[in-house]
Amino acid sequence: MSELTELTIAEAARLLRLHSISATELVTAHVEHIARVDPLVKAFLRFTPELYEKQAEEADRKLKREQGGLLTGIPVAIKDVLCVKGVETTAGSQILRGFKPPYTGTAVSRLFDEGAVMLGVTNCDEFAMGSSTENSGYFPTHNPWDLDRVPGGSSGGSAAAVAAGEAMIALGTDTGGSIRQPAAVCGVVGMKPTYGRVSRYGLIAFASSLDQIGPFARSVEDAALVLEAMAGHDPLDATSSDRPNDVRRDLDKGVKGMRLGLPREYSQVEGMEPGVNAAVREAIKALEKGGAEIVDVTLPHTDYGLAAYYIIAPAECSSNLARFDGVKYGLSVQDVDNITDMYMRARRQGFGTEVRRRIMLGTYALSSGYYDAYYLKAQKVRTLIKRDFDEAFAKCDAIVSATSPVVAFPIGSRTEDPLSMYLCDVLTLGGNLAGLPGISVPCGMSQGLPVGLQVLAPQWREDVALRVARAYEVASGVKAEVASVG
Amino acid sequence: MEVHVQPRTRTKMFCGCAIGQLGDPPNSNVCEVCMGMPGVLPVINKAAVEACLKTALALKCEIPRHTKFDRKNYMYPDLPKGYQISQYDLPMSVNGVLELDGRQVRIRRVHLEEDTGKLIHAGDKLHKARESFVDLNRAGVPLMEIVSEPDIRSADEARDYAQALRTLLRTIGASEAEMEKGQLRAEPNISIRRYGTDDLGVKTELKNINSFRALHRAIEFEVKRQIEVVEAGGTVVQETRGWSEAEQRTFSQRSKEFAEDYRYFPEPDLPPLELDRAWIEDLRRALPELPGSRRARLISDYGLPAADAASIAADRDLADLFEAAARASGDNKRTANWVIGEVAPSGKSPTPDHLAEVVTLVATGKITRDQGREVLAESMNGGGSPSEIVAKRGLAQVSDPAAVRAAVEAVIAENPKAVQDYRAGKVRVLDFLVAQVLKRDRQIDRSLANDLLKELLS
Repeated sequence: MSELTELTIAEAARLLRLHSISATELVTAHVEHIARVDPLVKAFLRFTPELYEKQAEEADRKLKREQGGLLTGIPVAIKDVLCVKGVETTAGSQILRGFKPPYTGTAVSRLFDEGAVMLGVTNCDEFAMGSSTENSGYFPTHNPWDLDRVPGGSSGGSAAAVAAGEAMIALGTDTGGSIRQPAAVCGVVGMKPTYGRVSRYGLIAFASSLDQIGPFARSVEDAALVLEAMAGHDPLDATSSDRPNDVRRDLDKGVKGMRLGLPREYSQVEGMEPGVNAAVREAIKALEKGGAEIVDVTLPHTDYGLAAYYIIAPAECSSNLARFDGVKYGLSVQDVDNITDMYMRARRQGFGTEVRRRIMLGTYALSSGYYDAYYLKAQKVRTLIKRDFDEAFAKCDAIVSATSPVVAFPIGSRTEDPLSMYLCDVLTLGGNLAGLPGISVPCGMSQGLPVGLQVLAPQWREDVALRVARAYEVASGVKAEVASVG
Repeated sequence: MEVHVQPRTRTKMFCGCAIGQLGDPPNSNVCEVCMGMPGVLPVINKAAVEACLKTALALKCEIPRHTKFDRKNYMYPDLPKGYQISQYDLPMSVNGVLELDGRQVRIRRVHLEEDTGKLIHAGDKLHKARESFVDLNRAGVPLMEIVSEPDIRSADEARDYAQALRTLLRTIGASEAEMEKGQLRAEPNISIRRYGTDDLGVKTELKNINSFRALHRAIEFEVKRQIEVVEAGGTVVQETRGWSEAEQRTFSQRSKEFAEDYRYFPEPDLPPLELDRAWIEDLRRALPELPGSRRARLISDYGLPAADAASIAADRDLADLFEAAARASGDNKRTANWVIGEVAPSGKSPTPDHLAEVVTLVATGKITRDQGREVLAESMNGGGSPSEIVAKRGLAQVSDPAAVRAAVEAVIAENPKAVQDYRAGKVRVLDFLVAQVLKRDRQIDRSLANDLLKELLS
């Protein structure tokens, strides 16, 4: 393994600036590493040599003229739900096989503007629906720490790529925990920004009111940098915010004098593994040692969060996925009797089981006569959950907990039981329902597998979440390591 | 009545595509947003909101503090996203009224939504077509939906309502409202009521109506059809019916028994709008005088007959011209006649001063009415001021009684047969004789010649 594939952005940027290495060398090191490792990890669905060759050359030209941006020459992997012009983008689904978007989404194009080099497209659960990447319409991805286990999901390919040193950074999307949970079980840093911080333009929607794009990295600082590069108002996304994006301003200020809340309900969730609990307790002790005051808080509606989430997200998905009708792009069926037959056959053939399940759940929840009992009620629960967080944040600056109640589980062990899969999100989806920023940082191991510490902060306070995560990283000396594969 | 109106905007409802023209090549005004590509998001067109608010204000609607967009879910190939962005339970405006010649039609709501694309079926009819093509030029074009309460009681009233609405929209500049360009589409919901009872029968909804005349005929047909159904002991079925222009009848399109469940829910891609009260007040202040009050003022301030006032007030430009020209000429009735008789049909517009000059030149006998028409036409074609044209062409009315008499006597002498016919009672021959007089001298006033001929032949 080349050490070039273990660098952080800060380290790589220094070498690039000093011309000790070139962007082309850095990319080549990653491409060679991918060739060795990815046949085992299977983090990538597709590679984009037509992009990375040109982008690396361009980065070298800029570096020579000392005109580099925040991410010049930095190799990035992009989740298969983010549209890149001319690059096959399928949301992990057969129904979009062959679809090449005619445009590049805002977050990705902002990374490109800062000089990032795109290595390829990473695997994910189909339409980002899942917690293990086993729902991919193509193949499962393997956890670099134990190839028999899942990398989490839905952004499992992005998490695994960063964990295995196949990419320095990656983009994922988080609707109920799809960045933080795979980051936790792959032992990397993953952040979901405040809803509205990063433009969703170009993100193939799963649940529009919950989806956010965020970074994977091997350090908190790198995650902050990538977030800063892509954040900010976008005239193409009416839900994006024009608040200032100085998310790195307090990064190194430590936690001295900060109050960190421990939600009683989060340590008692169903299925919490003792090893995970122990690692998180250790992490909290380290933060306390760093000068933080630990306070008990309560999020009384936590139990209803999962139910509300699994009404709202499928309801929105049932509408968002209506456009995949076999008429305009992707899979199309021939020799049909009529338009309904065409729709039914294309969608039955193109969508996997979990996607079909959620479309049906959501369609039912929005149906006349059921809307009030399901969708409307779930929205009311969502309001209560937001209020829970408001009240908790009156008593503390940030909330800390485990990211996932469990470590990476064996491939195939939960696929027959969707409810056990849904439980993976129980500690993360509250952050989506309330629109909060949240980050997962590695906090040690349990059964030889990575555990993640989640830090949730009030809306628009990414600076707080990053500061706490960074303080933990420094205090503990626990660093995201590159897993050795094979 | 539901009326869909395309507000006057440069771009579509949720993207930057141009509105385009009828007859543009298919899919030439489209982008990834209005084509419903994966990953795209809508952004609200402020000009469409403004046109909708102006319409709401002109219809005296209440404008709630908050409004939002919703998704109406159904799948059809002309609807690229699989849902239409519309407004469901918090429309832009509610509870208005349109004044209609002393009657009031209550307006239930005015809201904004987006149009769908168009399907073109290869071959003849849908069920026989081997292939169908999708044109998304119209997809995402903004539409205002104006919904009335059931206050319209006849085909006449429905037509008057639609025309009044059109006049209003054009006056405030919210829409061109050209029915033949599809910018105004009326969908009447029709039910009958037994005389003396309050219960409305089952309603049908009529579609594909593309002119005021068709609207009138379709309603008349449908009312008659429903009465026949009921009188024959049957029941009216709730359904959507199309109007066939070729056959001049309505036909069943879609029964409500198979009504879709649209699964409306709030559009998560568009935050709810909080409508700035100051902006609304600015729009209210900037509204021009509305046709109803202008018509009343043309009657009271200018003494115009009701019919003249109505036809002038129906067009804001004509009404502005009339008022300015009438002030300049000081002759309201004659100015109105010139506006209605000459300016309106020409499709052109003189300056108020030029029109006033023509009115005065003719009224004072300087030129004949026929000459006045020519002068006005030339002036509207950029020929300069009427007095310059008169001077340049040496026009002047012959008003010397002796000269007129000489010409009339000459014509009587030259046309003994005609004179004989006239005296025998063929009054229409007089027009021929007048024409002969004018042929001798075009500057003789037609009415003077007419009067003198009558006098000499009596």
